Amino acid sequence: MTIGVYITYRILNIADLTVEGSITTGAAIAAVSITHGINPYLSVLFALFGGMAAGLITALLHVKLKIPALLSGILTMIALYSVNLRIMGKSNIPLLRVNTVYTVMENLGLSRQTAVMILGLIVVLGFVGILYWFFGTEIGCAIRATGNNPQMVRAQGINTNTMISIGLIISNGLVAVSGALIAQYQSFADIQMGIGSIVIGLASVIIGEVLFGKRSFFSRLVGLALGAITYRIIITLVLQLGMSPNDLKLFTAITVAVALSLPVFRSYLIPIKASTTRESSNAQRKKNNKGV
Amino acid sequence: MLSVKRITKVFNPGTVIENIVLKDLSLSLEAGDFVTLIGGNGSGKSTLLNCIAGVYPVEAGAIIIDGVDVTKFREPKRAAILGRVFQEPMLGTASNMGIEENLALALRRGQRRGLKWGISNKEREKYRELLTTLELGLENRLSTKVGLLSGGQRQALTLLMATLKEPKLLLLDEHTAALDPKTAQKVLEMSDLIVREHDLTTLMVTHNMRDAIQYGNRLIMMHEGRIILDIRGEEKKNLAVEDLLRRFGNASGEEFVDSDALLA
Ligand SMILES: Nc1ncnc2c1ncn2[C@@H]1O[C@H](COP(=O)(O)OP(=O)(O)OP(=O)(O)O)[C@@H](O)[C@H]1O
Ligand SMILES: [Mg+2]
Repeated sequence: MTIGVYITYRILNIADLTVEGSITTGAAIAAVSITHGINPYLSVLFALFGGMAAGLITALLHVKLKIPALLSGILTMIALYSVNLRIMGKSNIPLLRVNTVYTVMENLGLSRQTAVMILGLIVVLGFVGILYWFFGTEIGCAIRATGNNPQMVRAQGINTNTMISIGLIISNGLVAVSGALIAQYQSFADIQMGIGSIVIGLASVIIGEVLFGKRSFFSRLVGLALGAITYRIIITLVLQLGMSPNDLKLFTAITVAVALSLPVFRSYLIPIKASTTRESSNAQRKKNNKGV
Repeated sequence: MLSVKRITKVFNPGTVIENIVLKDLSLSLEAGDFVTLIGGNGSGKSTLLNCIAGVYPVEAGAIIIDGVDVTKFREPKRAAILGRVFQEPMLGTASNMGIEENLALALRRGQRRGLKWGISNKEREKYRELLTTLELGLENRLSTKVGLLSGGQRQALTLLMATLKEPKLLLLDEHTAALDPKTAQKVLEMSDLIVREHDLTTLMVTHNMRDAIQYGNRLIMMHEGRIILDIRGEEKKNLAVEDLLRRFGNASGEEFVDSDALLA
């Protein structure tokens, strides 16, 4: 999930709220498929497609109907709430005494804990590998450049709308897959489970970047996975220290707010003169508008 | 090579801030022409280039590049045959990506992008060679993030990117204006060299009248959305800044107001 959020937030420079809905969509699709006796691995694949469809909707709203990215994500997220309820038929589907991706491995004689760990590891490594490859390809490079400097990308003959769409589709697909895995891990899918996931995703992205650096693209991807794990550990720790689980989201939100504002605090201490691309293109626009 | 036929560009049509920026403007460039374009602030130079590049659609008229009517083509489609360098060094490159990654994006300008690896080793060699010709020491820093380069280095790189896949038309919009005089001179000479080496059809906006006279084979001056002077060949070679100012006055009935140009 962190990686999904990373794609939109860091690579495309969009905070995509669709993920709040698509994570539940993934869980819902997987839960319904499994209770209908479909192979749990296949259910994860279905979840992937469901998430990609959600990403496509946001992409269409944004690039075709020109609705701002943030709002497009919110619209899809809200719509998905109803869609997810439709898929699930009720607000909670328990997944007890059914085959999940984990029980298949448990049957091989592994303990539940090891099954979760091994599968988690395989999935994460798989995704890191695939994404590392993908973002190194011609299309992948074009997507990365789009988030960085769309004007330049268009000047290089690349359709930025297409690139944004591909990014949104992939990221929501990934998020839905993680939703499917989470549902099977916790043995239920719940209509509420997506709430706050964007913030958790961002928290993991930021922790990953702060702790594990942002040197090469590969180390960033690995950092993301580690960031997500670190986030989990931190949460477990603060819970053990006696924080009420009800305060958890507040705690996460504050952490992310602080982390995101670090550059501002830093610039109070050390004035930096480097301006970002966006600022300079604004400046350019202002210049163009100043008239005679 | 380029034929702009009676184009009109209006910003915010039908509103109180309606602004007719290009008025029934026509311009034709032969293959190999190196045209310098001058004009006061807001005379519509950038808008003309942006209309040619498809950044803005035009309200009337047609734009034909190398025999193809591109008026209806959107920006990414036109980019296949255009090379562009912008005034702002930040705009021409992706700052979070490496030098070689930027070059690789530019090499594939106008091509379908697939799932092939983004850069091949063979390309790398080519980039290294080309960067060596810039004499900026960039050839050993292929993977350096472009964001770490100076403005001049960035513009030189953007120039290289714009011409890496030979464009039918090169559009330079005050691409040295943001640089210090010495660097500006260097980038300008570099541009001239590349243009002449590949015999590129070029349209270059500049604020510096002396540069406008010195470079290229033809000089165009714009005023309030129209072309008011078009000087070529021998006549251009023998032009002096004073002539230019006088002829501007005659053609427009106004005094030339462009603080940057007078200082230059
Ligand atoms: N995107 C836009 N929307 C509205 N008006 C615009 C836009 N771009 C340019 N203009 C207006 O068009 C006119 C011409 O601008 P343009 O940038 O083409 O001038 P210029 O000749 O390039 O000037 P400069 O020498 O300052 O670069 C100006 O009055 C400007 O305000
Ligand atoms: Mg301009």
